[in-house]
Amino acid sequence: MSSSPLSTSGLAASGLAEVASSEASLRRFLHGLPGIDAVGLQARAAGLGTRSIKTTAKAYAIDLAISMIDLTTLEGADTPGKVRSLCQKAKNPDPGNPDVPHTAAVCVYPDMVPFAKEALGGAPINVAAVATAFPSGRAGLPVKLADTAEAVAAGADEVDMVIDRGAFLSGRYLEIYELIAEIRKACERPDGTAAHLKVIFETGELVTYDNIRRASWLAMLAGADFIKTSTGKVTVNATPANTLVLMEAVRDFREATGIQVGVKPAGGIRTTKDAMKYLVMVNEILGDDWLTPDWFRFGASSLLNDLLMQRQKLASGRYSGPDYVTVD
Amino acid sequence: MALFDYAPAPESRAAAGDIASTYGHYIDGEFVESTGSEALKTVDPSTEEVLAEFAQGTEADVDRAVAAARKAFTSWSALSGAERGKYLFRIARIIQERSRELAVLESIDNGKPIKETRDVDLPLVAAHFFYYAGWADKLEFAGYGPNPRPVGVAAQVIPWNFPLLMLAWKIAPALATGNTVVLKPAETTPLTALRFAEICRQAGLPKGVVNIITGDGRTGAALTAHPDIDKVAFTGSTEVGRAIARTLAGTTKRLSLELGGKAANIVFDDAPIDQAVEGIVDGIFFNQGHVCCAGSRLLVQESIHDDVMDALKRRMSTLRVGDPLDKNTDVGAINSAAQLARIQELTAAGEAEGAERWSPSCELPSAGYWFAPTVFSNVSATHRIAREEIFGPVLSVLTFRTPEEAVAKANNTPYGLSAGIWTEKGSRILWMAGKLRAGVVWSNTFNKFDPTSPFGGYKESGYGREGGRHGLEAYLDV
Repeated sequence: MSSSPLSTSGLAASGLAEVASSEASLRRFLHGLPGIDAVGLQARAAGLGTRSIKTTAKAYAIDLAISMIDLTTLEGADTPGKVRSLCQKAKNPDPGNPDVPHTAAVCVYPDMVPFAKEALGGAPINVAAVATAFPSGRAGLPVKLADTAEAVAAGADEVDMVIDRGAFLSGRYLEIYELIAEIRKACERPDGTAAHLKVIFETGELVTYDNIRRASWLAMLAGADFIKTSTGKVTVNATPANTLVLMEAVRDFREATGIQVGVKPAGGIRTTKDAMKYLVMVNEILGDDWLTPDWFRFGASSLLNDLLMQRQKLASGRYSGPDYVTVD
Repeated sequence: MALFDYAPAPESRAAAGDIASTYGHYIDGEFVESTGSEALKTVDPSTEEVLAEFAQGTEADVDRAVAAARKAFTSWSALSGAERGKYLFRIARIIQERSRELAVLESIDNGKPIKETRDVDLPLVAAHFFYYAGWADKLEFAGYGPNPRPVGVAAQVIPWNFPLLMLAWKIAPALATGNTVVLKPAETTPLTALRFAEICRQAGLPKGVVNIITGDGRTGAALTAHPDIDKVAFTGSTEVGRAIARTLAGTTKRLSLELGGKAANIVFDDAPIDQAVEGIVDGIFFNQGHVCCAGSRLLVQESIHDDVMDALKRRMSTLRVGDPLDKNTDVGAINSAAQLARIQELTAAGEAEGAERWSPSCELPSAGYWFAPTVFSNVSATHRIAREEIFGPVLSVLTFRTPEEAVAKANNTPYGLSAGIWTEKGSRILWMAGKLRAGVVWSNTFNKFDPTSPFGGYKESGYGREGGRHGLEAYLDV
């Protein structure tokens, strides 16, 4: 994991540091971003989805996708045993096939962080914790801060926070800006380092692409290291089109400030074919700089097994089937 | 080298089916040899490899074809609309069933990417036949009187940029309304029209209803000047369109022309910029810019000129130019050596007149006809590249300051086929659309086609409409 790229000098140099000085100026800025034509956006995402990824390109993309997964379990029924098992899978996705890369991280609730840390040991796999009253975000600030602090104290390397969609939809942008900034502070550790902050928008609840673009800029201005589409807990999660909006935002933000921000689509990405479409978008919208687990992640669980089956097929020429990969 | 390098993903050449070494004409339901001995060659423009020889149609050939169409007209026009519709539905279904074959054949003969023939040309071809098949038994409700009659024998001459799609635009409405046709495909792209003749046989279409005659402009001139035709439908250059109009002047023959264009794609400062950039790219690089309604003049509001140019260049750098049969190719080959020479001549003039030329770095194949996607900035209205149709992947960028100026500049052309407007302000779209003298105005999109939508030009872009209910009129005696 690379260190946090945020430097206020980039914001200051771009003249964007003052944007959040008041509710009015933040609102003016966010509403001054170029609009998005939904039909054109979806056509672009669908067009990139028709790229034909074969042979060597497919092999590269499968391994890259595996290495970008935040292997996730976010259930009420999660137990230490389930989390330990998930961590083993993250370290060694395809038993007996050691050249398969490990995943980027495991993603769990804060109370599961100690078990994940212990199970992963010294493996170069991060533990990401969802925090801030995930998934709804319907709690007061003190609860959210405590939730975050608990995860960080337990050793979380990354924090996936949710924004308050209610505040966003009622136009209280500054409140969200301040929330993200507060959580960012709560991510700091006593030794001066900080857990990586991913900001989840729940794009399925923001609904319009214009809202998703505004949320992206809002989070980046407030210091997000990563922006993430969804919790995976609502009807519409990551789609190629809404992830494309996030990609355009991080591209434009780096152009304006020099600060690079990562992107994480989450929820609903289950097949190798889906994953290829996202990687094609990363490749053609963002380019080489984002084609690494440091800057692009998949929030997924069942995706890993499909990637492994496709990987086996590519290597052996035969489809094996779900009994030849492990359930978790 | 890029990290994520797409491996070749070629569509199978064999999917095009058998290409004969020589072709004659399709007259009166049979493939026949020409009465003349002259043969022309059609090449794969991406390799310059000769694909087949085909007949240069003679005046005697044209006579035979027109006579066959005249003979067939009596019984075809007497069929009920429902019966004619059955044949057209059958043709549409066969086109769908054979669409992969036709897409590959079209890509090989034309040079356009398989992505476009597969996802644009062929679906539209089938849709056009389906659409007009549906009109065949409903003509009395089309607004042209209680029992509108066909015109007779239609002579149809089509261009090389969308060979099968232009064939569909011509043949489907003509047959639905009860006319019979003699169609001449372009001399660089005859193969899919000849394959379509096979489909007519497969569909059991009565003899002589569709006749296909090949050859160059001499054959086209003989066909359009033939005394026993009732109508000419032509899509192609303005120069040839003028010649045909002169030929038909003083006769009772009907004429519809779809000619050149120099469309303005107008981007306002409140446009959805990312989608506008896609629309600009689609407007001029779709089909290598071989599109009569291509958005070849970008009019961008001066206040966002630099941002749009940066975004456009970044986007152009990701265009994949190369093998038309590779499924990841965005821009294919230029259709012919002659067209390549014209593009080269006009772009050289652009540089000589002081416009600033830019192309992304892209490696072009050594054989075949290729031209890199190109954009000219600092173009003024007086430059040739701002006035003449280039018909290639070349965009000229001009600026404007106010909506009034945008309208004035957009209309300042002898052409008037299409225009594009990019703004999030709905009222401005409506205001602009009413002021632009162009047959098609797209708003926040470009190069969208649909059989239900009429298409055609103002001024030197031609007259008459194709597509939609309006497209029936050209083939009805009203």
